[in-house]
Amino acid sequence: MGELVAEKRLRYILSIEKKKDSFESVVMEHLRMNGAYWGLTTLDLLGKLDTVDVDEVVSWIISCHHHDGGFAGNVGHDPHILYTLSAVQVLALFNKLHLIDADKVTNYIVSLQNEDGSFSGDIWGEVDTRFSYIAICCLSILRRLDRINVENAVKYIISCKNMDGGFGCTPGGESHAGQIFCCVGALAITGSLDLVDKDLLGWWLCERQVKSGGLNGRPEKLPDVCYSWWVLSSLIMIDRVHWISKG
Amino acid sequence: MHGRPRKPLKEEDESVLSAKAEKLHSLQSQFLANHQNRIYTKEALDLSAKLLEINPECYTAWNYRKLAVQHNLSESNSDSDASLFDQELKVVENALKKNFKSYGAWHHRKWVLSKGHSSIDNELRLLNDFQKADARNFHAWNYRRFVTALMKISDEDELKYTEKVIGVNFSNYSAWHNRSVLLSTLFKRKAEGFSHKEKVLQEEYKYVHSAIFTDSDDQSGWFYHLWLIDQTVKNDAPLLVSSWPSHGANITLNGNNSLHGSGLSLLNSTLSDTKTLPVILCFNQAVEGVNSSTVVVKSELLKEDLVWKPLSTNNSSTAQVWVVYLNMGNMKLQLSKTYSIEINIGHSMGILSSNGYHYGAPSQITFEVCVQTAYTEPVDGQRGKLTSWKDNDFRKIDHFEESNPAVSADHHIPTTSNWCMEAIDEEITNFQDLSDCKIRKLTLARLLIALDLLSPQHDKRKNHTEEVLKLYTELMKLDPTHSLYYKDEHSLLLLQQITSSRESLIPYCHYYKDASETNTSYVCLRLQNLSLSRMGSFENLLWVQMLDLSHNELRSIEGLEAMQLLSCLNLSHNKFGSFTALGPLRLLKSLKVLNISCNELGSHSIDTRRYLCSSPLAHSEVFAWDRFEILCGSYSATKFWEAFLIFESLNLTDLNIAGNAVADENFASFIVKVLPTLKLLNDEEL
Repeated sequence: MGELVAEKRLRYILSIEKKKDSFESVVMEHLRMNGAYWGLTTLDLLGKLDTVDVDEVVSWIISCHHHDGGFAGNVGHDPHILYTLSAVQVLALFNKLHLIDADKVTNYIVSLQNEDGSFSGDIWGEVDTRFSYIAICCLSILRRLDRINVENAVKYIISCKNMDGGFGCTPGGESHAGQIFCCVGALAITGSLDLVDKDLLGWWLCERQVKSGGLNGRPEKLPDVCYSWWVLSSLIMIDRVHWISKG
Repeated sequence: MHGRPRKPLKEEDESVLSAKAEKLHSLQSQFLANHQNRIYTKEALDLSAKLLEINPECYTAWNYRKLAVQHNLSESNSDSDASLFDQELKVVENALKKNFKSYGAWHHRKWVLSKGHSSIDNELRLLNDFQKADARNFHAWNYRRFVTALMKISDEDELKYTEKVIGVNFSNYSAWHNRSVLLSTLFKRKAEGFSHKEKVLQEEYKYVHSAIFTDSDDQSGWFYHLWLIDQTVKNDAPLLVSSWPSHGANITLNGNNSLHGSGLSLLNSTLSDTKTLPVILCFNQAVEGVNSSTVVVKSELLKEDLVWKPLSTNNSSTAQVWVVYLNMGNMKLQLSKTYSIEINIGHSMGILSSNGYHYGAPSQITFEVCVQTAYTEPVDGQRGKLTSWKDNDFRKIDHFEESNPAVSADHHIPTTSNWCMEAIDEEITNFQDLSDCKIRKLTLARLLIALDLLSPQHDKRKNHTEEVLKLYTELMKLDPTHSLYYKDEHSLLLLQQITSSRESLIPYCHYYKDASETNTSYVCLRLQNLSLSRMGSFENLLWVQMLDLSHNELRSIEGLEAMQLLSCLNLSHNKFGSFTALGPLRLLKSLKVLNISCNELGSHSIDTRRYLCSSPLAHSEVFAWDRFEILCGSYSATKFWEAFLIFESLNLTDLNIAGNAVADENFASFIVKVLPTLKLLNDEEL
């Protein structure tokens, strides 16, 4: 039974890669780089990464690389920190990081850090703790985490901590499982998890489980399978996953 | 979109969608060409507006529009500029109609506003519309905070707004959250009307009752209520909770196993086989700035400045527990003479909590030290103090030498103002009727714990520990999904109960068989078979040198690093699932005997303590790769590197790792190489 399901998943992922003309595909053209990350890592988990034409994928990624060091979501689009991480992650997955200038990518990310430690998504200045995670995760993969001001980055993330122990996108922003994953992840990579109130946050995350057993992203909202990832991995990072039922 | 099931498409729908796709595709291609060629004509702009109306997520189009605005802005004609910006706001509104959660759209609006355009009424009107459409839209709430800051609307007014929103529907977590943010700011700057926290909090308790008592399944009010309790109870200023040695203690240093003791006493301890004397300070929260200026140690013994170290498993510069080691071996000491040491804490500023609050009240600890016999280097082949953990090898102690009932230090704890206790008391009366409601029982438990925390030490009023322990046991049955949460809380409270007084501790204190004298060097605290899933109360356990926690359900020993005197530790028959879970042991310089047999080391593919332990993965430590590679040789590096991380800095003489999935022959020979001081492995002489 397990094999059948894996086979189905494989066929689904490979099919969406091919179906570039469907409406769903066209409307998400600009974030194909993210899609590549999610799709390819899933294939890797299923042990089927070899079904993909590596060279084709890699040359497409390189064609999304801009002069300033950032990567775009697809050919012709502007660079952004979101797609820069996905590009680096996919190249790392294929062991092709040597094909890019790591210092150039690093400089792009460093240029996006603001004085208060926060990170902008691109030159247009949108600030969000998601970008803090992205910057820290990306530089960690490139082994250049020391090029940003880590202390300030951590300070900014902590300034987004809320009454329930969770984190929002900006100071004062409501706690949300996706933002929490990003903030906790960034604090984990920088060895700063002692600044998290693990008991308070752990309890809030546990309470994301609704009667049906699914997980929501914040109180009184609908569950969705994506929250299983954000909530559970956050619980794992702060060692409170045992507080939630395995059912 | 969340919560919507996916349905396969009908044929007619398929062709409609196909046409849509083609249209969008051509729009996007044309747009990208305009963007590439920097064409900012009206035609091109209209195309981008059309695109964003259909697909507001196309981020490059928002960038393009900003570039177009910059390009088309004129320096002289402010009217045409105004209409330019108006156009942008219109495009945003249209896009938001399509997707009111579009990050790109909201940011574009902020960008326009930051150029100094638009009226506040307009923005507030827009926000009110969104509030009606979806009261939980966090983009709208974020944008509201942006606008109110930009236009300098007062926190007090915004507080009133949250009341309006809650009045419409109390189940608005976003509004309650915003309320907590506003109140925190008002408290912090002691705004007029908010300088007396107690009045405000009392009102807030009444206010939140409407939410929590109407529908107990609705979480909105409950987390706010929990926050109110925390605001009532918490002490912002860092305080000293306990220390070792305690004030008034007599510490004896025995150079080697010998001589007479003075009866079991927690105050008067004996250290054997050591030439260093630790001084441990335990605060109520993590602090920084403990150094020789903020903590002044006076004694005829000391000639130089002391270096205080934070006990942090993350290599952080802040910690709840700090330690300094006095090197008695280097001092010219007369044997059997009593020396006095005085520690002055916080008489000068500098000790800070992570929230920026200064150390509460200056305090002083004085104790005496006496060296009975000179320290001698241990003979090679000399085993650790304790060689067996068997029941037969221990005998119960029936009394302490001291009569003083309180174990916790008599540090100056500022008297809590009455309103805190009254507020909590009042809340408790609201929760007495329990029915079988999980959240009410949990809240009652939390309130009772809060009340006990606030009650002064000397108050003879019976504490509520038994009642709360019972509540947690009931909750484990009532809410089995979260049973391990309640179990952890139960364990913490049980430990507090056991360690809170000498009477409660005594049944767990035992002498080890070879003890020829009665001193704390040979007292073992045996906390076996208590179903402990979590450790705590370390502030009451600083005096412990031997600890048996076997046969429990522990998965972590977070906080154990405070127990600097620990030389013998038994963690066998627990649920430790990774070496990283043993991280705190790296900070125990005195640890010689360790039993971690019969755990789950090597049984789990996911390590939940990975980032809570200092390691190169958490970028908090440099790994000794060279030495590791030499020792590891041909063995699997991925299996052993965490063990190396934990053990390479320990000086264990006895180690038992049998009964763990990872402990095969390869591992055994590896670990022996990592620990050159080891004399006994898995109960066998090396």
